[in-house]
Amino acid sequence: MNLDFSDDQKFLQDEARKFFDKEGGLANARKVMDESISHDDSLWAKIVELGWTGIRIPEEYDGLGLGHLELCVIAEEIGRALAPIPFSSSVYLFTETIIKYGSDEIKKEILPKLVTGEVVGTYAVAEDMAAVSEANLSCSVDGDAINGTKIAVPDADLATHAIVLAKASSGIELRLVDLNAEGVSTSLQKNLDKSRSFYKVEFNNSKSSLLGESGAGWDSHVHIMDQAAVLFAFEQVGGSQQALDMAKQYAMERYAFGRQIGSYQAIKHKLADMYVAVTLAKSNCYYGAWALSSESSELPLAAATSRVSATKAFQLCAKENIQTHGGNGFTWEYDCHLFYKRSKVLSLNLGSESSWKEKLVTAMEKTNTLN
Amino acid sequence: MDFNDTPEQAKFRAKCKEWLDANAELKDTGKRLNVESNLEDLITKAKAWQKKKYEAGWAMLHWPKEYGGINASPIERIIWGQEESKYDVPGSVFEIGLGMCGPVMMQYASEDQKERYLPPMAEGKEIWCQLFSEPSAGSDVAGLRSKAVKDGDEWVINGQKVWTSGAHYSDYGILVVRHDPDLEKHKGLTFFFVDMKSPGITVKPIKQITGTAGSGAGFNEVYFDDVRIPDSQRLGEIGDGWKVAITTLMNERLAVGDAKGADVNEALSLAKDKDDFGQLMIKNQAVRDKLADWFCEANGLKYTKFRTMSALSKGEAPGPEASITKIVSANKLQAIGNFGIDSGDMAGMLIDEEDGMSSFQAAWLGAPGLRIAGGTDEILKNIIAERVLGLPQDPRADKGLPFKDIPSGK
Repeated sequence: MNLDFSDDQKFLQDEARKFFDKEGGLANARKVMDESISHDDSLWAKIVELGWTGIRIPEEYDGLGLGHLELCVIAEEIGRALAPIPFSSSVYLFTETIIKYGSDEIKKEILPKLVTGEVVGTYAVAEDMAAVSEANLSCSVDGDAINGTKIAVPDADLATHAIVLAKASSGIELRLVDLNAEGVSTSLQKNLDKSRSFYKVEFNNSKSSLLGESGAGWDSHVHIMDQAAVLFAFEQVGGSQQALDMAKQYAMERYAFGRQIGSYQAIKHKLADMYVAVTLAKSNCYYGAWALSSESSELPLAAATSRVSATKAFQLCAKENIQTHGGNGFTWEYDCHLFYKRSKVLSLNLGSESSWKEKLVTAMEKTNTLN
Repeated sequence: MDFNDTPEQAKFRAKCKEWLDANAELKDTGKRLNVESNLEDLITKAKAWQKKKYEAGWAMLHWPKEYGGINASPIERIIWGQEESKYDVPGSVFEIGLGMCGPVMMQYASEDQKERYLPPMAEGKEIWCQLFSEPSAGSDVAGLRSKAVKDGDEWVINGQKVWTSGAHYSDYGILVVRHDPDLEKHKGLTFFFVDMKSPGITVKPIKQITGTAGSGAGFNEVYFDDVRIPDSQRLGEIGDGWKVAITTLMNERLAVGDAKGADVNEALSLAKDKDDFGQLMIKNQAVRDKLADWFCEANGLKYTKFRTMSALSKGEAPGPEASITKIVSANKLQAIGNFGIDSGDMAGMLIDEEDGMSSFQAAWLGAPGLRIAGGTDEILKNIIAERVLGLPQDPRADKGLPFKDIPSGK
């Protein structure tokens, strides 16, 4: 029995934590918010320099050739730091799709540039204020020309390329689009978390190329979502843990009625509930990490379980961190709102909690794994 | 990351299996021989199985060699437990003895006493219980009031204990009592072991909300009326009772874990099988939402346990994560029981004439006890907050006061 990360992976995690601390921790997210910029350029450049964008990219394409577990530990630290960078869109979604479904030619062209930061990718799904399905998808492909509008596309200003979920005559396809191609226009959309940025991207007869097999696009998309769900869940666990730590620290420092508020059972039990949620989420994420890294057929169940559990934990910890801080928690000055906003955006990025609960129960109906 | 045994663990597991195969039947043979209907049968069968294990060296793996154990590592105990649970073996009545009383005796009893009491405890000849809780001392167990008064070489005990599992069939018990009410709460306690057949001890099974009393490892009230205990049966110094008790309580909190009973798989089977509002329950979004939540909890506990085992497997001390197990599982059990009962709508409260209570009804009725036993939800949350998260203790109204002056209400 070894449901744990290796010493090397723990070392990597430790290094990542020190890196984000040294780079200013939460101050970066705050800066992006205050200055109304899309992301932290210098933080992103340093991450590229550290090689993290190429963690999973095979060495033949100049990457580090490491596994998903290394990505999991970094994700947890990104979540803890609320890092305002396009890591999730470019690495968990775009890069993973190219590795899994790109032709040799595409890999040769794209992967080395993802390592150097020359290419930054994103992944475009949503079209409306509702969950996308095979039936309601309207973005369309005819030959190589793609048409339609995607919304809530993360990091599309910095991204040079996007993977776009679209409908062709033969079925759903994943299409690779160069965002500098003709007919592509991108515009910023306001959103709840100003430390992350989302865009409307319109395609007007823009050139695109097929990833994977024609007609198998929906299954490929579902698989990429499952993989990313585990990685997002690690970010959410990192964020929950940090929100809990922040609440705990405040409960030790703040006095009311002549004593530390952390000595009141109302606060103790609130924080204990947060600890329970984080612990469950973390353990579910370890199961997800195992399923992801071992390419287990249990991935759909493990991914949905990690995702739902981590979404609940982060949302609980973020809101109760504000509550523990009282009035201070509602100010711009205190960092509580950074967690609250990020917890919401992360919970939506791959589809809402209820859509993942639906996937979870569907997977439960198919398997019977809890022995 | 994997779920495999190390080569040594695999070897140990194979050894367990080999012996179990030769001495017991697997559960899944269909017929269950060891579902005891009466207490006498349960004890006879449990004693016979314990003796068999003892003779072959499997009875108390974690005990040191000098007391008949094999110094097994925690992970080996878990492996034995996993393997034994696959077989149709009698339920145990020895857990409290082997898990809590044994270790205290090892640490505090004289050499002669250890020689006299430990082997029969291990062999299952003598059963032990733990006499801690009192009517006015539950969560605040150090507030206990049973009195010990020294009389020559003996102590005279008066008072009442409660929630004593198995007192009605135990031969011996470990006991903490107050020898001096003028001292502070924690300082006036002293620890003994006692022969449960001593004159003056009366055991009364508690009728629980299930309507049953004295069945299985049920709970009891134990009355002490001028019971005399030789001073030689004192464990630890006079006034060290709390220190000795805390060792056993720590063991108890580790031992009371996953609440057994109707689980998420059973709820799923019900939902797949039963119509509600003109369609299968599983099609109902509200039902699916609950199933997802329970699965996340159950799966999270399962892998929390695996994380603890992984640490033990590497010879590391596990983190505090196991402290969430009882809070989560007992509440989940209550919710799943409630769900199953509600599926019967207007008739959900009816008990089947032939089969008795459904597993959902049993879960619902038993769960309130599990949320209390071995530390209430509230005490466990305090423990998480104070010991895991490091929050300050509550200011205490009883601090520094002689015990007799502490406000006590009714």
